[in-house]
Amino acid sequence: MGPSRTTRIALYVYGIAIIAFLYLPLVSVTFASISKARYLSFPIRRYSTGWFTDALASREVHMLAITSLKIAVIVTILSVIIAFFGALAFARYQWRYRSLFQKLVLLPIFFPQTVLGLALLMWFNSLGIIPSWKTAIVAHLVWIAPIATLIVAIRAYSFDPALEEAARDMGATTTVVLREITLPLLMPGLVAAGLFAFLLSWGNFPLSLFTTGADSTLPEWLYAKMVSGYSPLVPTLGILSVIASFLLVLVAITGFWLYRALRPQN
Amino acid sequence: MKRLDSKLGALASLPMLAVLTIAFIAPLGLVALFSIMPEKVFSIFNVPNFAAYKTFATQGYYRSLLWTLGMAFVATTILFVICWPLAYGMAKVFKRFTLVITIAVVMSLFVSENIRLFGWVLTLMKGGLFEGYLRHWTGLSFESPLYNVGIIVFGIVYVYLPFMLFPLAQGISMVPEDARQAARDLGATRWQVLTQIDLPLAAPGIMVGYLLTFVLAAGAMAEAKILGGRAVIVIADDIQTAFTYGQNWSLGAALSMVLILLIGTLAIFGIAKIDLDKIMGRG
Repeated sequence: MGPSRTTRIALYVYGIAIIAFLYLPLVSVTFASISKARYLSFPIRRYSTGWFTDALASREVHMLAITSLKIAVIVTILSVIIAFFGALAFARYQWRYRSLFQKLVLLPIFFPQTVLGLALLMWFNSLGIIPSWKTAIVAHLVWIAPIATLIVAIRAYSFDPALEEAARDMGATTTVVLREITLPLLMPGLVAAGLFAFLLSWGNFPLSLFTTGADSTLPEWLYAKMVSGYSPLVPTLGILSVIASFLLVLVAITGFWLYRALRPQN
Repeated sequence: MKRLDSKLGALASLPMLAVLTIAFIAPLGLVALFSIMPEKVFSIFNVPNFAAYKTFATQGYYRSLLWTLGMAFVATTILFVICWPLAYGMAKVFKRFTLVITIAVVMSLFVSENIRLFGWVLTLMKGGLFEGYLRHWTGLSFESPLYNVGIIVFGIVYVYLPFMLFPLAQGISMVPEDARQAARDLGATRWQVLTQIDLPLAAPGIMVGYLLTFVLAAGAMAEAKILGGRAVIVIADDIQTAFTYGQNWSLGAALSMVLILLIGTLAIFGIAKIDLDKIMGRG
């Protein structure tokens, strides 16, 4: 016998309330982005999509989006490669320092990103490297590659090592085993990790803030405008960036669903 | 097989170890070195001293640290109370709805935290979503709750909710239903089930949730800046100021070291307690 009917209903309502709480600020941002007034004040009297047109036509916005995109794409590719091998060391192979490695991988996730960003800034300066969008890639990697590794590791835990051993017994080399057995088996985890890596890099602010030098990403620009000199483009760009993320997730889920539906049954 | 496994394991860990060595361990080593340099120097080739730590102790920086830790602790405790019922629902009551909540919460993480906090400013400010419509409909008004300590704690609670929710749900799912049922059959009240069965058996999840949230909250800065309007200066903000406007790398490094040592001890303690193999896969 589980909890009473009343308790169950109360819990469902509570769950919906928490989700509403999480998304309420985005509702305000959405309203603000379609308000016509230059200085926002609720209730909104006139709606307009003018700021969207302005944002999409602005050269500055293009530059910001391109910088964010460049960083996110490269971080995604590198994270997935690192995570593929990292997850095998994390979950699949029984080796001497595995437990230590697992703990080391977790540390950067727990680490305050602001401090990490500043430490990297000082590190790059000491090495004589001028910060730019390229150094931001390194900063993002420190935080995102471990998260990607965890996601792939969940998949790596669930597959049967006997499959690899069978292939090896039949004479396959390590490279062939990795390519023909391990890679396809881990593929769903790698896709999920890639998606996470892209979205986390695209939305990251604390690491970018200190490591992009003269370049600027979308979240950085938004922050700069929030703390000094409000621009009506802030909610518009904010919501555009959110829409881009959610569209990507939607495409990924649809793609996954199509793949499952169309896959030849055997 | 065993020999091959240990060789492949070491090899496969190399790319990750390379990234962590070059971009995590080495920079932190540099921070540690800089923290014992005289103030306002920009190279590590100086006679070391502890001037920066002295500044930390005498110039009132410990106040930022105490505020930060205090707010992080209060926010973490509030989060525990808020998240427990939902985590319980996710682990024991909901079926498909658990997936819906999980996806919705994870998706919210993909939105840059400064956009979400900015959304709260728009919601709570005078003439914002709440006050604006309230005034429009009823003529009543209220002062904006922004720019004080309470709203910073609120922001921390808001941003770090997922980091408490998921470990708690994981912890509660490890409580066997039989144990709760047996306790009920033997006449335990709901409160007794909660305090004597649920809480102790879910303790690993509770601890991970507490540590994770606390550690992240202690290093947070955006909440205090965007919602709090710097009503309180948090330690991460002090660190940033020392490095940037202050041009005092030693002080920034010393402040970082204090925070890192505090957080690092907690994080390492917490991580050491987690059995990753058990949580993530085969037990």
